Amino acid sequence: MPSPSILVPRRRFLQGAAATGLLAAAPGLLLAKAATTRRFVFVIQRGGADGLETVVPYADPAYARLRGAIALDPAALAPVDGLFGLHPALVETARLHAAKEALFVHAVASPYRDRSHFDGQNVLETGGATPYARKDGWLNRLVGLLPGSGEAIAITPTVPLALRGPAKAGSHAPSALPQAPDDLMQSVRQMYAQDAQLHALWSAAMESRGMAGAPVKQNPAELGALAARFLAQPAGPRIAMLETGGWDTHSFQPTRHANQLKSLDAMLAALREGMGAAWADTVVLVATEFGRTAAVNGTGGTDHGTASVAMLLGGAVDGGRVLGDWPGLAPQALYEGRDLQPTTALDGLIAAAAGECFGIEPALVERTLFQQGAAGKPLPRLLRG
Amino acid sequence: MTASTGMHAAIALNRFGVGARPGEPVPADPKAWLLGQFEHYQPRPAAWAALPTSASLVNAYAEYQRGLRGPDELAARQQLGKASQENLRSAVSARVASALETPAPFAEHLVHFWANHFAVSTDKAPLGLLAGAFEAEAIRPHVFGRFEDMLLAVERHPAMLLYLDQPRSTGPESGAGRRAPPERRRGLNENLAREILELHTLGVRTGYSQDDVTELARALTGWSIAGLPGLPQGGSPGNFAFFPALHQPGARQVLGRRYEASGEQQVAAVLADLAARPETARHIATKLARHFSGETPPPALVERLAQAFLASRGDLPTVYRALLESPEAWAAESRFKTPWEWTLSALRGLGWREPGRLPLAGTLTQLGQPVWRPGSPAGYDDMDQSWAAPDLLVRRVEVAARLAAQAAPMLDARTLAPQLLPGGVGAATTTAIARADSPATALALLLASPEFLRR
Repeated sequence: MPSPSILVPRRRFLQGAAATGLLAAAPGLLLAKAATTRRFVFVIQRGGADGLETVVPYADPAYARLRGAIALDPAALAPVDGLFGLHPALVETARLHAAKEALFVHAVASPYRDRSHFDGQNVLETGGATPYARKDGWLNRLVGLLPGSGEAIAITPTVPLALRGPAKAGSHAPSALPQAPDDLMQSVRQMYAQDAQLHALWSAAMESRGMAGAPVKQNPAELGALAARFLAQPAGPRIAMLETGGWDTHSFQPTRHANQLKSLDAMLAALREGMGAAWADTVVLVATEFGRTAAVNGTGGTDHGTASVAMLLGGAVDGGRVLGDWPGLAPQALYEGRDLQPTTALDGLIAAAAGECFGIEPALVERTLFQQGAAGKPLPRLLRG
Repeated sequence: MTASTGMHAAIALNRFGVGARPGEPVPADPKAWLLGQFEHYQPRPAAWAALPTSASLVNAYAEYQRGLRGPDELAARQQLGKASQENLRSAVSARVASALETPAPFAEHLVHFWANHFAVSTDKAPLGLLAGAFEAEAIRPHVFGRFEDMLLAVERHPAMLLYLDQPRSTGPESGAGRRAPPERRRGLNENLAREILELHTLGVRTGYSQDDVTELARALTGWSIAGLPGLPQGGSPGNFAFFPALHQPGARQVLGRRYEASGEQQVAAVLADLAARPETARHIATKLARHFSGETPPPALVERLAQAFLASRGDLPTVYRALLESPEAWAAESRFKTPWEWTLSALRGLGWREPGRLPLAGTLTQLGQPVWRPGSPAGYDDMDQSWAAPDLLVRRVEVAARLAAQAAPMLDARTLAPQLLPGGVGAATTTAIARADSPATALALLLASPEFLRR
């Protein structure tokens, strides 16, 4: 593992430089490396994904007791290390892990500490310290840090909050509707010319449709493939976002969670496949608004919790590792006596991954994307050098 | 008609109503027209009356569940999927039909508002069967009643109980909780309790704690449904039932108030108190004001609606009246129509009186807002940015083209425009319609025009 100490002097130098205004005069110093072939993809897991049944701490002495009837059989897990194993539905993810292209960070959480999905997703997407503190999303602000044609695409019908903001971001999702006649499309374009909002939307839509190519179906694998179709183009967007929903497993968790992971895994597999050679330049972040209770609840599921697991995948990722301080699942180690205790700030992880991905100084990324500095010790290097 | 009466008429028809219809007189006194609708609301119009009750649907669902444990699991699963789809299709048709036929379009708009406030989502299995019946049985009867009554009807309805995992939630010290062997430990599920506080009543970040959530979840134990496999016997199958065997014994403490043990009534007392709290009044007032007056509602309007709510002890017509009497709600700032609102107004504008064989459930899915499938108990958010999105805009044009092609022989966009948009249309729209190469293109342009996309 490359030593984080290499980064520190450079980071200090740049902070000092920024403070003296040196960088404002010479932005190229910062951004020269960002004119890049690198790609960054954010896959959001909406609903509070259970990290403990994703990267499973099977060897934690409390795991089997807490999970009772829904605990996974350690023998069924894909091995990661002596403490963790991957849920058996994560076939492609396990393959990526074996190829050292997948990295897991356990016990991560955004700054949000209550248990509302909607507030939790708002914090996760805006990068604010509290819900509704910011109106634009961190992924959009990341687009703003890229030079030139910094553009982004969401493979969704509408632009998700994380990608909303001043920087240019489109959205595109498969449609089953027959296309409207060309002359109507032309007339609509003219009709919207004087309407600032509609004109911008129409232009963005025409651009995305041009790139997307032939229509595809709306299933996770097709969505992953569609994202790759945008990202793999030499002049295409460098940032993309995908959504997955349905992680809120209050009941019948074993089946539902396995199906969720299977879909996610299929999406990742299609994305890797579609990226081709550009996979080597790709970083995919998978994260959720919060994890779930450490113990099984009364109905074969789990309730809203706190820390969960985040994944980094891609050819650019220095994978094959699990990062983060494992707090353990002993009763006194749990957050408020019920949830996995957060030990790594998700904000800091995102800033580090995005900064390394585009060669932008992590401190600048962190300041721009997030409301507060991430507490805790710095992360080791995440991507290949 | 003066320009300002025209604008007010347009706001009454399109912002408060669900869109104008060709051939109908433009209301001369828009506010009086809306207030008059309070008397004409039909809680159970013909379109809904023909649909199955939730009890029969819950019983059918229980049968499928038993089938899932039988030898032919796959067949049972496919049967459930097919039944859900068919049922959902006819319920969507009923919802559209009642909004097309209604003598009280403002009231129908309010039904849609409340159904989204107390959202259920068909991405959870039994809701494909139950979402329509839930709206018919728990929402529609109370839209012109008291908030507390709607709240109680919603939280006791099998659809909400199933959606938020309530029927099997078990008090750890209840009879069933104590009897269960350790490997089949049963306990609380706090999903419904949390969403009652966060979404249905007080609103998020209003000062309740995790302890309040847990205490409410304990009070809720026993609220369940009769006739589901694996639950106690008794009650009328498919209907709400209270099972003392699941109920956590003892007094509860919610938001600093103590509720003595009273079985089924304990949580009803909590709900009554929640319905009367100022946080709830403000939460409802904010959502109503946002929906009708703009994304960032004027604080004075919110305050006025909250006061009307509190002073009338949650009498909803009083709150609506306060809204209609407020100048802020008639301001020029417009909202971007949701896909649902746009589709309904397009159908009404083209003169549809019933949806017939139109595949509307699929159309709404393509437009980004599948009916009763917001994906979360928060419902669809009420922000313009959620709907004013590039690809969704093109899809509206595609749907407009199809609807217009069917209607074109009967309608002329040039005469229709002032009927549907009595506030007037801009030069760009007028020019586009005038230059259109066919009547169908002209109609499609009217439906896609900037003025028609907003309300």
